Amino acid sequence: MTSTAKTVVPLGHVVIRFAGDSGDGMQLTGDRFTSETAGLGNDLSTLPDFPAEIRAPAGTLPGVSAFQLHFADHDIMTPGDRPDVLVAMNPAALKANLKDLRPGSDLIINTDEFTKRNLEKVGYHANPLEDGSLEQYAVHDIALTSMTLEALADCDVSKKEAERAKNMFALGLLCWLYSRPTEGTLEFLRTKFAKKPDIMAANIAAFEAGWSFGETTESFSVRYEVKPAPMLPGTYRNITGNPALAYGLIAASRQSGLPLFLGSYPITPASDILHELSKHKDFGVVTVQAEDEIAGVTAALGASYAGSLGVTTTSGPGVALKSEAIGLAVSLELPLVVVDVQRGGPSTGLPTKTEQADLLQAMFGRNGEAPVPIVAPRSPGDCFDAALEAARIAIVYRTPVFLLSDGYLANGSEPWRVPDVNKLPSIDPNFATEPNHDGEFWPYLRDPETLARPWAVPGTPGLEHRIGGLEKADGSGDISYDPENHDHMVRLRQAKVDAIAATIPPVEVEDPSGQARVLILGWGSTYGPIGAACRAVRAEGLDVAQAHLRHLNPFPANLGEILHSYDRVIVPEMNLGQLAFLIRGRYLVDAIGYNQVRGLPFTSEELASAITDVISNL
Amino acid sequence: MPGLAGVPRTDEKQTAKSFKTDQEVRWCPGCGDYAILAAVQGFLPELGLRKENIVFISGIGCSSRFPYYMNTYGMHSIHGRAPAIATGVAVTRPDLSVWVVTGDGDALSIGGNHLIHALRRNVNLKILLFNNRIYGLTKGQYSPTSETGKITKSTPMGSLDYSFNPVSIALGAEASFVARTIDSDRQHLTETLRRAAAHEGTALVEILQNCNIFNDGAWAPLKDVDTRDDMLIRLVDGEQIRFGADGEHVVVRGKGGHITVAEAADVDESDIIVFDSHAEDPGLAFALSRLADVHSLADTPVGVFRDVVRPSYDRLVREQVEAAKGTEQPDLQALLRGKDTWTVN
Repeated sequence: MTSTAKTVVPLGHVVIRFAGDSGDGMQLTGDRFTSETAGLGNDLSTLPDFPAEIRAPAGTLPGVSAFQLHFADHDIMTPGDRPDVLVAMNPAALKANLKDLRPGSDLIINTDEFTKRNLEKVGYHANPLEDGSLEQYAVHDIALTSMTLEALADCDVSKKEAERAKNMFALGLLCWLYSRPTEGTLEFLRTKFAKKPDIMAANIAAFEAGWSFGETTESFSVRYEVKPAPMLPGTYRNITGNPALAYGLIAASRQSGLPLFLGSYPITPASDILHELSKHKDFGVVTVQAEDEIAGVTAALGASYAGSLGVTTTSGPGVALKSEAIGLAVSLELPLVVVDVQRGGPSTGLPTKTEQADLLQAMFGRNGEAPVPIVAPRSPGDCFDAALEAARIAIVYRTPVFLLSDGYLANGSEPWRVPDVNKLPSIDPNFATEPNHDGEFWPYLRDPETLARPWAVPGTPGLEHRIGGLEKADGSGDISYDPENHDHMVRLRQAKVDAIAATIPPVEVEDPSGQARVLILGWGSTYGPIGAACRAVRAEGLDVAQAHLRHLNPFPANLGEILHSYDRVIVPEMNLGQLAFLIRGRYLVDAIGYNQVRGLPFTSEELASAITDVISNL
Repeated sequence: MPGLAGVPRTDEKQTAKSFKTDQEVRWCPGCGDYAILAAVQGFLPELGLRKENIVFISGIGCSSRFPYYMNTYGMHSIHGRAPAIATGVAVTRPDLSVWVVTGDGDALSIGGNHLIHALRRNVNLKILLFNNRIYGLTKGQYSPTSETGKITKSTPMGSLDYSFNPVSIALGAEASFVARTIDSDRQHLTETLRRAAAHEGTALVEILQNCNIFNDGAWAPLKDVDTRDDMLIRLVDGEQIRFGADGEHVVVRGKGGHITVAEAADVDESDIIVFDSHAEDPGLAFALSRLADVHSLADTPVGVFRDVVRPSYDRLVREQVEAAKGTEQPDLQALLRGKDTWTVN
């Protein structure tokens, strides 16, 4: 489908938010638009925003589901602070999202849903389309539902099925408006509805009708184009965080030669990792959906004991349940990857909203001194690399490792330069095969460099031994209550985790001018918003440095030196200051936290403002 | 022995001594666990398995110190979680003979959930549940199998809990193999272990065990020469359910379909139940498990209550993974690339 009738205006970047009822298909619409945009070569970043309930009552505020997409002809780092365009499928979607728009933004509104009843449901006493309250926006009134029904009049589908296709009409219109390619979506619809030709025809008709509407309506006088962004040469695909993490684990299995075993229990927002891994049995991946969180982690630990790469996936509440088992893994010194896709807490909290408030739980949430290494990805694509790194540490050092992702990374997507599998690092489990002490096998006789203990799996002849959670003698591993031995072992287990610093890269600081006196230190998904904020600050002529931690325990060896070389260190976090707490305690640096716990990522605007304040008050 | 189908054998001659470790056994003198340890060490050589392919996994409790005294691979884990850990071992290693050692507290209190799911799934594990009706290691609190009214450190006015019956629970949890035996009956214990080892799937073996420090004599009526003949019912496949010094007590089906103990002299020969542990319907096994009097222990059956064929969970998991595998190594690069790529030059 092509068009030459209207002027095409080039844009550097756009932020679109699709919003509607949970049943309106906004996530699907957003995914499809994203896919077309990725295929065109724009840089992009997405933020799905949906409620915890499966289907709240139609037309209500709790039922609003939204999908925001930021795409550009240059490198971008966030899904956008505010939408430039809001597609509102009903009054609830308008009410819930209007506050995020700047004056002058475009509103594409499905007027058919603005009935008295629907308006009252969300507390509108007058129709905002008629009472002038939307004057400051560029409003495009569209009878979306009725136009969809009209376009599908000749299709052999029920009225309900036809109405459901209105999201495809909206998609067609937006694809026209931003000159997106369409073949991908048409192919998608053909495949998805291959067994339901009537539904397929209806959806395709709705999509094409939306496109045609854009071409002909006076409501849109121009259309836009956003050219491909310059990217490093290579093969790209769009990737979402959770699947990327799953692929990283499969890659770790391949690179180490250890079969992958996942013991897990469904929990939002981590369940997709279980779903994804369960599809790859051809890679030898075994997934067990256990009876509870504790069974999930203990089955994984049993699998590790028996020589697999044991992994468990969960969110904050699941980590709380697993803490005793993770402590056992610390004592047994066996590999175990514990994936925590963080969400709003405490307790049940906000299952579908993002947060990064489990850092201190990961650091300290076990009885006794039970140190556990922590790795955190910074972007959806980085979930792949972080998973590989977590597995490396777990295997080489014989230890549980936390992989702290979050809901935003889990469901967010971005273009990803597909790694070359031939260039992935090897991981050597280095199993014990021989006695190591006077003809006997001593399970706690350590490697002097890594302090890792020898790993002898059941089935290895001559190395039969018993391990357990009781304190054990250094070397022999026999139960020991000796006071000096216990002090020694506690320090040794800590030293082993500290020794990991020798194999992790130093922190890199981004400071283009080399003159910055303020350092912004972050971890996890704040990477994008912090990066965008620093760009904005530098564009105003100020100097600021940015550093982002992938390893939270141990910290990289040069971190202290870096922190002490700046006048101010700001730590933006989606919690009340957990990394700030750790670095203050460890490095005696007066770090300033910048904190918000809204269940949403930072906006680059608020961060840029906070950074500018600090710089100007130096 | 289907339960040991994947486990490699050894030509080496093994004895009980082969399975002893150098660790000094720390159970109290007189503890029933010594007898169980001796029976297991005495029995394992019969299986002729490679010693390195045997794993014992325990939870927490006096029972759970067991692995330290077995010269095999072993793990002393956390309270109640051994069946879940063992599931991870069994699913990934068909070449291992996996044993779980647990107790009435570890398995039926904190570990209840994992026990019933292991039984439901039918993971190829041999679960030895040492039931001494008390919490020994923590020094004398009551357990889920203690009788109501029991006076202990945490129940000075008597326990108010109704007690569990492990065999009934196991049958309710879809168990394919359930047995009960006694620590001091070496022959019966060994025969029960033999049948359990042969079974593919979860085999729960409740071992009535005496804690001589905190609950001495809990099972005495079933062990004392003077009383046991009239109290203990030995279930034997293919035989009438009879007990008593002269076989004068029998188990019969009543008019309502329920079962009762009666005097042989008072009933028709044809009413006496002939036992079959292989019956598909667990109804009789369950009814037998309900016969015993909770307080007096009268009419307590021992033996293999149920022994039926059902594929093990771990075998099904491995078969499903095998079915998914193609003839060639899967393409990791293709997985990472996915279906929609574009190239930048």
